[in-house]
Amino acid sequence: MLQTALDARHRALGARMIPFAGWEMPVQYQGLVEEHRAVRSAAGLFDLSHMGELYIAGAGAGAALDYALVTAPGKLVVGRAHYSMICTPDGGVIDDLIVYRLGEARYLVVANASNAPTVAAELRERIAKFDARLDDASMRTSLVAIQGPRAAEILQPRIEFDLTNLKYYAGVETTACGVPALLARTGYTGEDGFELFVAWNDGVAVWDTLIAAGTPSGLVPVGLGARDTLRLEAGMPLYGQELDRNTTPFEAGLGRVVKFDKGGDFVGRAALEAAKDRPRKALVGMKVTGRGIARTGYPVYLPAAPEACGTVTSGTASPTLGYPIAMGYVPCDRTAPGSQFEVGIRAQRAGAEVVPLPFYRRST
Amino acid sequence: MDVPDKLKYSVEHEWLAVDGNTGTVGITAFAVEQIGDIVFVELPAMGTTVQATKPFGVIESVKAVSELFAPASGKVIAINDALADAPETVASDCYAAGWLIKIELSNPSDVDALKDAAGYRAMIASL
Repeated sequence: MLQTALDARHRALGARMIPFAGWEMPVQYQGLVEEHRAVRSAAGLFDLSHMGELYIAGAGAGAALDYALVTAPGKLVVGRAHYSMICTPDGGVIDDLIVYRLGEARYLVVANASNAPTVAAELRERIAKFDARLDDASMRTSLVAIQGPRAAEILQPRIEFDLTNLKYYAGVETTACGVPALLARTGYTGEDGFELFVAWNDGVAVWDTLIAAGTPSGLVPVGLGARDTLRLEAGMPLYGQELDRNTTPFEAGLGRVVKFDKGGDFVGRAALEAAKDRPRKALVGMKVTGRGIARTGYPVYLPAAPEACGTVTSGTASPTLGYPIAMGYVPCDRTAPGSQFEVGIRAQRAGAEVVPLPFYRRST
Repeated sequence: MDVPDKLKYSVEHEWLAVDGNTGTVGITAFAVEQIGDIVFVELPAMGTTVQATKPFGVIESVKAVSELFAPASGKVIAINDALADAPETVASDCYAAGWLIKIELSNPSDVDALKDAAGYRAMIASL
C-alpha cells in the first residue's frame, strides 16, 4: 500500500485511513458532515497526492494530445486548462482528466489515481509516433488542494502571484508556501479553490503552512468521504461510478467535451461520431422523495414496473440540501426534470424524481 | 467511551437491556463513533422475528450503510418510531432516547452469550 508524503500528518490529525486505489488515504478526520460544511462555508484542505501527474513535452506534444484525447489541448492558451477524457477506440471512457498547457510545448495531464498507470501506458503508446515524450511524475508529486469561499484569502499571503489574475481553469508556475509550485484554480467541490502541485517532499511545507494559516479562518482538513459528497452535490462525475469503458461521454452528459471540429483523427473519433446520436442510457440527477438513501448499484424502476430500467451510480444524504440525492443512468426518453422513478432500496422501493444537475451551485 | 454497567453487549456493538422477558436493543457509543454522521435508520416491522447474531435492520451514515445485528432472538414488540424523522438521536443519546427496538425474548439463554460491561470495555480497548 502506498503512502503519500503527508501520511504522518493525517495520522497526527486523527484521520481514519482507508485503502483507495492502492494508496492509504484519509477518509475523514473530525467527521464527514463537519468537513463538508467547512468547505461550503469556509475552506477545506485536501491531500490528493494519490492522483496521477503525467507531463507531455516536445514540439509535437499538442498534436499528440489532440490525437490521444477527445479534446484539443493544442488549442489551449498557455496557462489555461480544460476538462478532458481519454476514450477507447470504441468510444468508452478510459478516464476523465484535467489537461494544463504549461508552455508552448509542455502539458500536464492529471489522471485519477485508480487509472493513472493505465492512462500513462495508453498515452505513451498513442503519442509514440509524435515528437513528444511522456514523463510520469506521479510518484514525485504531492498535490494539495484548498477549496472553499475563503480559500483565496487564506492562500494569497502565502504565494507570489496575484490570485485576481488567476482565472478558473488556469494554472501558473510560482512560489507557494516557500516552495516551487504549479498553482491552478481548479477543483472538485463546486466551490472556488486551488490545487498546488509541488515536489513530493514539499507537500509537507504546503500542508503545514496552509493548516496554520487557514485554521483561524475555519479551514479544516478534508478526507475522501466529504470529497465524494461535495463533488456529488456539484453534479461532477466520478470515474468508476458515472464513467467507465461501457459508457460514452454523450451518455454521461459530457458530449460538449468531445471536440469533433478540432480537425484530424483522434482515438475513438469514428465510434464517438456514431455514438453521438445513439445513446443507450442517460445520466440524470435525482432527488429521493421516498424513504431511504439511494446508493451506488441500486436498481432504478419506472413506477410500479417489475424490471429495472436503470441504475444508481452515486447517492448520499446531501449534507447541504438535507435530503437524499443520487445520480444514475435511466432510459434516454425519461430525463426531463420531474420524471418519476422508484429506487430499489433493499426490500423496498422509494420514489425518486429527476432534478436538474448540479444539485448545488454556489452563489457568486 | 460510555459503556453503562447495567447493559449486556454483543460483539457487533449492540446493547441489550433485559427487563424480565423483554429486551431493549440499541447500538453502543463505540458503534456510533465508528459509523459517523447517522442519517437513516431502517427497522423491522412490529411482530417480526429477529434472530440472535443475524441482521435485523440497517443504519446509514452519509458515507455508508451498516447492518444492525440482533443481540438476542425474539419477536419485535416495539420500534422507536421517532428515529424515522430524527435518526441523529441514535448518535446523540444511544443508550436512552436512541434505542432501536424492543423484543420479547424467545431464548433467555441468548443473554448468557453476551458480554458484560467490563468484557465489552476490554474488547473495544483491544480494537
